[in-house]
Amino acid sequence: MSKVQVTTSINGEEMEFLCEPQQTLLEVLRETLSRTGTKEGCATGDCGACSVLVDDRLVCACLMLGVEAEGHEITTIEGIATDDGLHPLQQKFLEHAALQCGICTPGLIVAAKSLLEKHPDPDETTIRYWLAGNLCRCTGYDKIIRAVQDAAKELAHPA
Amino acid sequence: MAEAVDYKVIGTSPIRPDGVDKVTGRAQYGADLNLPNMIYGRVLRSPHAHARIKRIDTSRAEAMKGVYSVVSGKDFPEAEHGEIGGEGGGDISDLAKNIMARDKVLYHGHPVAAVAARSQRVAEEALAAIEVEYEVLTPVLDLDTAMASDAPLVDENCYTKNLPEKPDKPSNIAAVMQLGRGDVDQGFEQADVIVEGEYRIPAAHQGYIEPHACIANTNESGQSTVWCCTQGHFEFRAMTAKVLNMNVADLKFVASEIGGGFGGKTVVYLEPVAVLLSRKAHRPVKMMMTREEVFRATGPASGTHIKVKVGARKDGTITAATAWMAYEAGAFAGAPMGPGAMSVFAPYDLENFKVEAFDVLVNKPKVAAYRAPGAPQSMHAMECALDELARKLGMDPIDLRLKNAADEGTQAPYGPKFPAIGLKACLNAAKNHPNYTKPLPEGAGRGIAVGFWFNVGMQSSAEVHINENGTVTVVEGNPDIGGSRASMCLMAAETLGVPYEQVRAIIGDTESTGFSNVTGGSRTTFATGMAVVRACEDIIAQCRARAAATWGVDEDQVLWEDGQATPAPGVNADVKPLSLADIAANAAKTGGPLLGRASLNAQGAGASFSVNIADVQVDRETGKVDVLGFTAIQDAGRAIHKAYVEGQMQGGAAQGLGWALNEEYIYDANGVMQNAGFLDYRIPVASDLPMIDCEIVEVPNPSHPYGVRGVGETPIVAPLAATANAVRDAVGIRIHDLPLSPPRIVAAIDAAGS
Amino acid sequence: MVRVVFPQHLLSVTGGEREVAVEADNFRELLEALEARFPGSREPLAKSAAAVDGQIYQDAFLEPLEPGSEVFFMQRIEGG
Repeated sequence: MSKVQVTTSINGEEMEFLCEPQQTLLEVLRETLSRTGTKEGCATGDCGACSVLVDDRLVCACLMLGVEAEGHEITTIEGIATDDGLHPLQQKFLEHAALQCGICTPGLIVAAKSLLEKHPDPDETTIRYWLAGNLCRCTGYDKIIRAVQDAAKELAHPA
Repeated sequence: MAEAVDYKVIGTSPIRPDGVDKVTGRAQYGADLNLPNMIYGRVLRSPHAHARIKRIDTSRAEAMKGVYSVVSGKDFPEAEHGEIGGEGGGDISDLAKNIMARDKVLYHGHPVAAVAARSQRVAEEALAAIEVEYEVLTPVLDLDTAMASDAPLVDENCYTKNLPEKPDKPSNIAAVMQLGRGDVDQGFEQADVIVEGEYRIPAAHQGYIEPHACIANTNESGQSTVWCCTQGHFEFRAMTAKVLNMNVADLKFVASEIGGGFGGKTVVYLEPVAVLLSRKAHRPVKMMMTREEVFRATGPASGTHIKVKVGARKDGTITAATAWMAYEAGAFAGAPMGPGAMSVFAPYDLENFKVEAFDVLVNKPKVAAYRAPGAPQSMHAMECALDELARKLGMDPIDLRLKNAADEGTQAPYGPKFPAIGLKACLNAAKNHPNYTKPLPEGAGRGIAVGFWFNVGMQSSAEVHINENGTVTVVEGNPDIGGSRASMCLMAAETLGVPYEQVRAIIGDTESTGFSNVTGGSRTTFATGMAVVRACEDIIAQCRARAAATWGVDEDQVLWEDGQATPAPGVNADVKPLSLADIAANAAKTGGPLLGRASLNAQGAGASFSVNIADVQVDRETGKVDVLGFTAIQDAGRAIHKAYVEGQMQGGAAQGLGWALNEEYIYDANGVMQNAGFLDYRIPVASDLPMIDCEIVEVPNPSHPYGVRGVGETPIVAPLAATANAVRDAVGIRIHDLPLSPPRIVAAIDAAGS
Repeated sequence: MVRVVFPQHLLSVTGGEREVAVEADNFRELLEALEARFPGSREPLAKSAAAVDGQIYQDAFLEPLEPGSEVFFMQRIEGG
């Protein structure tokens, strides 16, 4: 099957790649572009481990085709930290021990970033419903919720 | 040792050393590695739950462009019987046949062939080109059917084990176990009140978010390197060697980061297949399971059918208890009915009891360990029965348990007398916890239950290197599944007397550190931690010797205090203390690099008890249960990394709540799982749960230098009954079976109302 | 003498005897004494866990025993 040329932006970097029409964005990220920070937990859109931002929209990369990235700005876990260091969410996940095995962590951080961009001061219920698409089997979510609450505070009032 | 001590770093919650890589996407998990020239392996799985394989024709697949190798049962060595050893081992022949079926397929999803091809898509096309002819047999799908005397046989050669004499005909009951003491008939005669109950719990999956994945790279001399996500790369190496009849020395296993396991990654599924495919293809072969494959062909925990009867005097003293328990093994023997039987009454001091347990074959995937394997199911039954008993006696459920609680010196139902244990401390902590007495909203219910797990020690190795600037590298062999690198660093820092930040821990592969059993049995912080402490003590002894040599004094004139060598009081040496950095800087002159090591078979893993308090609200119209609050109280012996101990308790609580409320394997009449995906096999999501309050009780384990008890498994045990008891309290009806899903609750309410 | 107790599933090994007293200074000697008394017992017993005075050993062998020690053989515990 002939491949399609796609031009997109990944973590602020212009990027061109070739992909088969049926390949998902997740496959392209992981296999073609070696961005393995985005994880596959189910490939059916049920676990959120492959959460990425497409422009400013939270998306499961396993539910989107690679060719659909054409002309969009994709943000993955590899694009969350900046030259100034870790994003407050990343720092707070570490401080609150909000990860155990860590496989869901990239997706959760991307989803939480999207949440805080839209709701800078979310209550606990809002956080829980926003993150309900991201499965974590290790933590029981308690420390994840606290990390997100703390990161929201930090973003509102940088130390 | 282990009395109240002020520790410098133990009991704090610093950031884990591997943390930054895990929040930035750098950490490499099972599926994240790619090698040059790599191809992809996929598995063809049985569409039948029970069938004889009459013919497999792989010729069309082998001829396809882009297909490099194809294997099926005939490519594997003859599967001999024998013990694998270690965790989750069981019988080699069973393990081998579970990885690749030989003459029969025993569950829907059982592997029958595998291919390696240039892409996943070509591999899938090749699978479709493999012809398999089956003679379909009647599947055995539930415990009642399987245990009936006229049941179709899963395995015609299965004769019940542990009977006084070998039975004269085969059956689906692979093994039985009995435990008992005293005279239960007499005990029940002394009882003023007797409760009986029958409880069924369906199979549930460990539900780790990372599917199994590996890469095998086999060279032309037959040596192979395997990268994989595993709870124990040494045991994976041993299993692979035995299944493939290979020399252990020809296999190198490298553990990737692991995306959850909970017991489910203690056994090999893909690795031997990948080694064979790679050997035939002369290329590295990567294999990744889909989520559907994970559900259909790995894990789960046993479905069970358990009957419990308990009698007590008016004052709450239990006079007798009996339990009958059947555990689904899946297609091969080895359900955790032994631990189930040994744990069911473990929290209680009983004069008269009897337990009968059965390991039962059914045409479902072979069960795997899942956090305290066997205990959640059996203790659910007992803890629900005790709740009913407390109601009948008009007693507080915690008081009833306190009245009968085991303590130091109590003879455990499984034989020995308990050393110091924390059950009463946990019960008292629960009774005094504000969450136990705070008012409930109208219509809500509260339940409590006790949890228990034995914990194990087993073999571990550790090396401690002192780098040239005095920083410390700990090398050990247990994959870090929930922050254990941080715990190892804390114990090393405490022992050496240096700051936590000065210590890093790495997980060595099978060629770069000594043998260690799996990360399982709640053993890592206990046993591997003990090895790390011993290796640090080795370093301290060497440092004292080097300081003595530097100062020209005897070794016994040198102390190790606060991370430095100091002259003992009264030693007439005008010298400055030597730090680890000082000694390391001068190492070349005093004997070379500093390397401490220890290897051991850790004994004395202390049992860990817990008490959970669940508050629920039940919508009587829809049957939906809302968890309003959940409190986990557990004896950790000593919490090394406080936040990660809480994390174990909270995570176990969430898994237990999932099992109690939602999770179950649903099969059709042909033995095909109907909910093999996270949409329909619904594990708890963030919006299902409240914050989970934790109270860590610390009754130090005298067998560990810092008093550690394993904490990883006990947390999943009590939530099942705590939740069921809370639902009972809320709706006024005892629902015996799990999960307490909306349809089941609505049906129970309707039945009670009619 | 050391008191030794066998679980139900090992009674076939001991010909039905549930409890015996044996002279042994360590676990290795205990296994030898039991093998002498119950030929063929050594392998199944060595595969079992054993609790010695309350402490559970998965691989007991060198552990010292004292007069009055209690040894309970039991199924090996695994875990998740």
